[in-house]
Amino acid sequence: MIVFKYIAEVLFYAFMILTFMGGFMAVRSRLLMHAVLGLAVSLLGVAGLYFYLGSPFLAMMQVLIYVGAVCIMIVMGVMLGNTPDQLAYKNFEGRNTILAAFACALGFVALYVAIGQAKFAPAAEKVGDMSIRFIGESLLFQYCLAFELISVILLTAIVGAIILARGGREEEAK
Amino acid sequence: MEILHSILPELIRIIVCAVCGAVIVFGNALVMGYAERKLAGHIMLRPGPMEVGFHGVLQLIIDGLKLMGKQLVVPQQANKPLYMLAPILSFAPVFVPLLVIPFSDKLQGFDINIGLLIILAFASINVLAILVGGWSSNNKYSLFGAFRSVAQNVAYEIPMLISLLAVVFMTNTFSLKEIAAAQSPVWFVIVQPVAFLIYIVAMVAETNRAPFDLPEAESELTAGFHTEYSGMAFSLFMLAEYANMFIVCSVATVFFLGGSSGIPLPYFEYSGAVWFLVKVYALMFFLVWIRWTYPRTRFDQLMNFCWKYMIPFSLVNLLITVVMVKLI
Repeated sequence: MIVFKYIAEVLFYAFMILTFMGGFMAVRSRLLMHAVLGLAVSLLGVAGLYFYLGSPFLAMMQVLIYVGAVCIMIVMGVMLGNTPDQLAYKNFEGRNTILAAFACALGFVALYVAIGQAKFAPAAEKVGDMSIRFIGESLLFQYCLAFELISVILLTAIVGAIILARGGREEEAK
Repeated sequence: MEILHSILPELIRIIVCAVCGAVIVFGNALVMGYAERKLAGHIMLRPGPMEVGFHGVLQLIIDGLKLMGKQLVVPQQANKPLYMLAPILSFAPVFVPLLVIPFSDKLQGFDINIGLLIILAFASINVLAILVGGWSSNNKYSLFGAFRSVAQNVAYEIPMLISLLAVVFMTNTFSLKEIAAAQSPVWFVIVQPVAFLIYIVAMVAETNRAPFDLPEAESELTAGFHTEYSGMAFSLFMLAEYANMFIVCSVATVFFLGGSSGIPLPYFEYSGAVWFLVKVYALMFFLVWIRWTYPRTRFDQLMNFCWKYMIPFSLVNLLITVVMVKLI
């Protein structure tokens, strides 16, 4: 059985490289389409990491929601508002570079502090994939209020999007 | 030797799964490609392919060879890496859902509690592939086809999922094997007729087939998202389309038509698999039949039908199911 452990290790590093490479592609690319695809690759890598951690449910949800829905929505947005090439290159010059570096550093420090302070207690023992039941129960009991609030925010976003779209259309008709 | 002994069963299993997956994908494309052209011919009162072999049975093999020999033309203004990536991205994920489909109570790649989720997750990658292909071709027809495909697929995924959820509520599991086993006295098509109808409509839309084949509407968009593709790149899209048809029909069979249940055949252990394939190909015949019978819908009609009728109906159906499950 030791072979499987090695295979798992190899897969872990493969997924990690995939995640980092995707992230790198998302940040470095000048074309927005490439960036979104990089993001998709990175999120697929994260799904693989969930799978490695023993939760195929979370992995599949990651693929379904992030790759299947979020990335497609972003791509749609990118294609509708097509960025001219010159503008895309201009964004990487001058003052923007410094501002971007500053924002990245700030984000890095915030995440680093947060991760450093968190305590990662390893699970006492693994009894199959309990995540479906556990996620369902904690969402509907412990974090019920947050869950409901998120759904209200989503509803607001949908209604807002409809109002914006309709407004544009009616003005055109006039 | 010790190591070999420990990994050999798994290794054999993996190899068998991979070979079977490839056989299903390519065999299905051959059979369906021929059946589709022949059926289309007979529905239009013409014979269909007749020249190659007896009644044209070898036509698809010759076509496949021709496609393999053709040059891959990349448009000059296309985004080359993405252009080449799109067909692969469309074709590669179709193998994973085949693993969780229970062809009979013994024939299954692996039984996992989230079988349905695996199928839905990997089916959603196909949309991304179409989008990438349409965008990177740098052609207005392709882009329009890709747009339509995404709008259509994202919309029709919702009623599809909700109609399947109604069945999941009744069986209390996502495992396809257990869902198929749960309908041993009555098939769910009798218990859940509304969900079945909604699923069938959503299935046609999800596989981008007529009357909902707006992404490749040839009268207005030449060939939609794959206008610029030739040779093997084009045939990878076709293979993926037929494989996706097979997968959605298998899901319909598992969820509504009792999976592999049927009259056991004498002297044959895997009669379940035969019945399963019979049901799947009956559904595929239905898909081909309506493709060559009904005219294409308009795009606004298609979207209105989904958002104004299918989603509310499926939600009401889900609600009624939940109440009934609670009461009984």
